[in-house]
Parts: sequence; C-alpha cells; structure tokens
Amino acid sequence: MPLTPSVFSDDSARNEPQPYLWTLNFGPQHPATHTTLRLVLKLEGERVVDAMPDIGYLHSGFEKIGEHLDFNQYVTVTDRMNYISPMANNVAWHLAVERLLGVEVPPRCRYLRVIIAELARISDHLLCLGAMGLDTGAFTHFIYAFNPREQIYDIFEALCGARFTNSYTRVGGLMHDASPKAIEMIRRFVADLPRALDDMDRLLLRNRIFRERTEGIGLLTREEAINRGCSGPVARASGVTRDLRKDEPYLAYRDFDFRVICAKQGDCFARYLVRMGEMRESLKIIHQAIENLPPGPVNVGDEKRVAIPDKKVVFTTIEGLISHFELVMWNRGFATPYDELYTATEAPNGELGFYIVGDGTQTAYRARCRPPSFIHFALFPHLIRGHTLSDVVAVLGSLNIIAAELDR
Amino acid sequence: MTGGSETGGRVDSPAHIPEPLFSEIVAAVGGARPSEFRGQQRIVVPPERIYDALAVLRDRYGFDMLVDITCVDYLNYRGATDRFGLVYVLTNTEQNKRLVIRCYVNDPNPAVRSVVPLFEAANWLEREVWDMFGIRFEGHPDLRRILLPEEFTAHPLRKDYPLQGRGERHNFPVITRESG
Repeated sequence: MPLTPSVFSDDSARNEPQPYLWTLNFGPQHPATHTTLRLVLKLEGERVVDAMPDIGYLHSGFEKIGEHLDFNQYVTVTDRMNYISPMANNVAWHLAVERLLGVEVPPRCRYLRVIIAELARISDHLLCLGAMGLDTGAFTHFIYAFNPREQIYDIFEALCGARFTNSYTRVGGLMHDASPKAIEMIRRFVADLPRALDDMDRLLLRNRIFRERTEGIGLLTREEAINRGCSGPVARASGVTRDLRKDEPYLAYRDFDFRVICAKQGDCFARYLVRMGEMRESLKIIHQAIENLPPGPVNVGDEKRVAIPDKKVVFTTIEGLISHFELVMWNRGFATPYDELYTATEAPNGELGFYIVGDGTQTAYRARCRPPSFIHFALFPHLIRGHTLSDVVAVLGSLNIIAAELDR
Repeated sequence: MTGGSETGGRVDSPAHIPEPLFSEIVAAVGGARPSEFRGQQRIVVPPERIYDALAVLRDRYGFDMLVDITCVDYLNYRGATDRFGLVYVLTNTEQNKRLVIRCYVNDPNPAVRSVVPLFEAANWLEREVWDMFGIRFEGHPDLRRILLPEEFTAHPLRKDYPLQGRGERHNFPVITRESG
C-alpha cells in the first residue's frame, strides 16, 4: 500500500517529538531493490532507527486471474511470480493441481521435474548471490555468477523453447519430453558448474570488505525465524533444520541422496553460505537424476483424462482422438473434486505453497499462492533496526526479495 | 472420474498426525468436523475460538509455525452454508506435522480475533486477507491495506467483485509533474 505524503506531512506527525533526524525514501526505483519495492527509512545519522516497507507496486491480481484461467493456462502466470526461477513455480503449481485431482505423474516426469526444479534453484541462488556481491561492491563476482545462469537459460531453451517464462509443465506431465541434446547439455552443466562455484568462493569468501559487510548483519535467531514463518535458506541459515524435500518428500526426492545445508549464525553471511552449499547439493541431485532417468512416457495415460495425448495416438486411435477432443473443448475437460488442498514445495526462496479450491471445473475456485518473499520481506524492519544505511542493501540481497512474487 | 484412489490418500506422508493424537487435538481445540483430504488433516473451529485454538496448538502440541493465513469466498459454492472460510496452515517444526485449521465467518461483520500476539508471521498475512476480502482482525496492531492503495474502496478477491474491476483504478487522481 503506497504510503501517501499525507502520512508524513500532517500536523500530528510534525508536532510529536521525533527521536530520529531524517526520513529517507528508498525506492520504488532503486538499483539495489532490483525490482519495484519501497522502504521508508527513519535515520539517525547513518543508523536506521526504523524501516517501513511499502509494497504493492507490482500487484497484478494473480490470484484473481487464477479464478478465471484454467489449470493449464495459469501456469503462464506462475512464471511471472518468481521470474528468477519460473520452472520451480511451474512445478509447484502443477504438483498442487495434481494432488487436488489425485493424479500421480509417471516416474520419468517426476525425475525431469526434479531436474528442472533444481536447475531453477541454482539459477535463483546464482542471481541472489551475484546480486548480493554486486550490492556490497563485488562486481566481478556478479559476472562470475551470471555466466552459469546463461547456461541454464540455454538448457531451458532446449527443453521447452522459452528462455525466461518457461511454462514447461502441464497437468499430468510436461509440455514434451526432454531431448537427448538437452540431457547432454544438463550433463555438461553439472560438470562445469563446480568450477564456477569454486571461482565465486575464491573471489568472495576471503574478501574482507564483503565479510565485514555481511557478518553479524541482519541477525535472525532460530525462535524468531520459526515465529515469523521463515522457510528456505533464510530459516536454514538461522538453524531451522527444515527442508520440504526431506520433510515432506514430493516428486522423486525420496530417491536422491543429498544433505540439507544449515547454519547457526543467522546473519547475511550465513545466508550466503547456505545458498552456496545448496547449489552444490542441487548439483548432486541433478547428477543422480540425470544418470538414473527412467524410460517411459512423461505424461499420464489416456485413462486419467487430464493430459492431452501424444499426437501419434491422436491421429491413429479413436480413444486418443476422443480424449483429445474431450480435453480441448471448453465445456468438457476433466472434473475436479469439490474440495480444497494446500500443497507446498521447497522453492529456491522457501516454502512456495498453493491453496487450491476445486469446484468441479477445470478452473480453480480459489488459487491462493503462499509466496516466500512476502513472508521474508515482513522480516525486514526487524533485521535492519540498528544497522546502518549501507547494510540495507546487504540485508535485502540476502533475503532475495522478488517483488513480483511479493506483490503477485 | 478423477479417481485418485491409488495415490489420493497420502496417509504415508510424514506430516500426517496419527489417530489417537489427532482426536485429542480436535477435542482440545473445541473443533468440529475433522476431515481429511489426500492426507491433509483439517479441523473446523468456531470463529470466536480461533485465537484460543491456535494458542493451545502452539503451546501444548508444538505447532510453532504459522505457514499461511488465507481466505476463500464461498459465494455460490455448491453446498456452502457460510460466506467466508478462513484457513490457517500450521506446522510443527519439531515433529514435522501439518494441520489446517478453518473457521467460517459471515456478513455483515466478518471478523475474528487477530493471532499476531501468537505468531508474528500473521501480521502481513492478516493485512492481506483484510485487503483482499475485508475480513477484520480484531486486535491487529496495524490493520492497513497492504497490496492495494489506501484509497481503494473494494475488496477485490470477493467473488462478487468483477475481474475487470469497477473503475477504481481509472478514477484515481492524476498527479502531474506541475501539481506534484
């Protein structure tokens, strides 16, 4: 809600004794906010006395749109929530829809979804850490982080044709199977990335400026992290050993051997280290998934009547033709139960949940998204109080606030 | 038609609360209509008891994390008797359990007690529900609109609000460079 000038200029505000000297408007357009969000900071000298986050600039009614687009169409909107890792949102959305429908996707699809979700996690963490380095003055680090991101975009392009807004998943499967070329690209990426990560570590871990600007800044204790609903790397950096991939294994995560990276300090540097460690664990998962990729179809069969059958089946069998027509006609399609379900996944930023209410049609009656950025940005005033103005960008960077997801 | 029999009941999920304990929780929060769908357990609590129910769950049963608060407008929903359904998603981080608490409120004065004193996470979540559905959270420290501008007059996620809006946005005063 934009704070109007009236809040600051009315007489009552002017007459009360002010413990601070300056009010600084930070954003909505500022290079360090990366997207459109606004902070009103109360400063005493360079020290931040209080911060008032002011959000809503990018609110575009995604949840209202979700009540009017069907389950397959809405995936394009989920791309635009956390646009740094759209694949993770696609996976979360269709997992939630399939749980509501009671459909289980074939093993090959589960493995491919794990691979794209983990690639999205790496892509998200690379941007977050690169930008965190950039904001604290390490420009080279940013370039080193962005180089592998380009490779991930190439992989996504080979998988689904789109680099940025992927929309790769469908109800009951994927847009289409991964090509051998894409699989080869993923293999090469898994082999290449450790070198880039080592470079990033060497650039920043012993950099005194970076460490002094992040260590002990933005402290979050374990109890506060839980009470304030934190999840993902932010919670794990504060010692909350919670990872939905382990705690409530979805897709094929039960099959893989990986560790949950945690830290105890709860400061910006700990969040940096947790994200860095998570990328290496994600690589382990991708490596195991790509080497053990099960054969078979990526979509559920005709009998489930949710995924459009393969073109070959449509053109050669009557069952395939009928089920294709049934699915694409506006007054047919599949039926959903009259019930509601909350499904959460471990997105790069934290717990990304969808609360979907079904009403018999292919359109959600209510499509609530529980965005991790929204929860984490509510923390911000708490984390920044008492620190200096230059720490604002370090804390913002470590929380990885994506305003499109924050405002939806 | 959806036939989720083979995967639908995810009772093997580690987040599932085992039976004697679940019945005990239902009784302890004064809840009714315990139900389960795809392995997710839900309890309906009367709106005036929501604060006490969440306090009991937090202090006695270890549900220490409030994951989400959201609302569903059941206008014209099949078989619905109440207008708004509030949904509280709780998690026990120690034992890894999940529970959904629901309560129903109605016009003309949809209101429940705020749970911010229990869970700091509820602060922005309740503001969002107020913004989008117009449900008042009594005792909330700062119940302002959060995503929409404060001049906005409607609660747009209500089902009787049209997708295109009612022209609120078009009627905002235009501030030019000269006047601003």
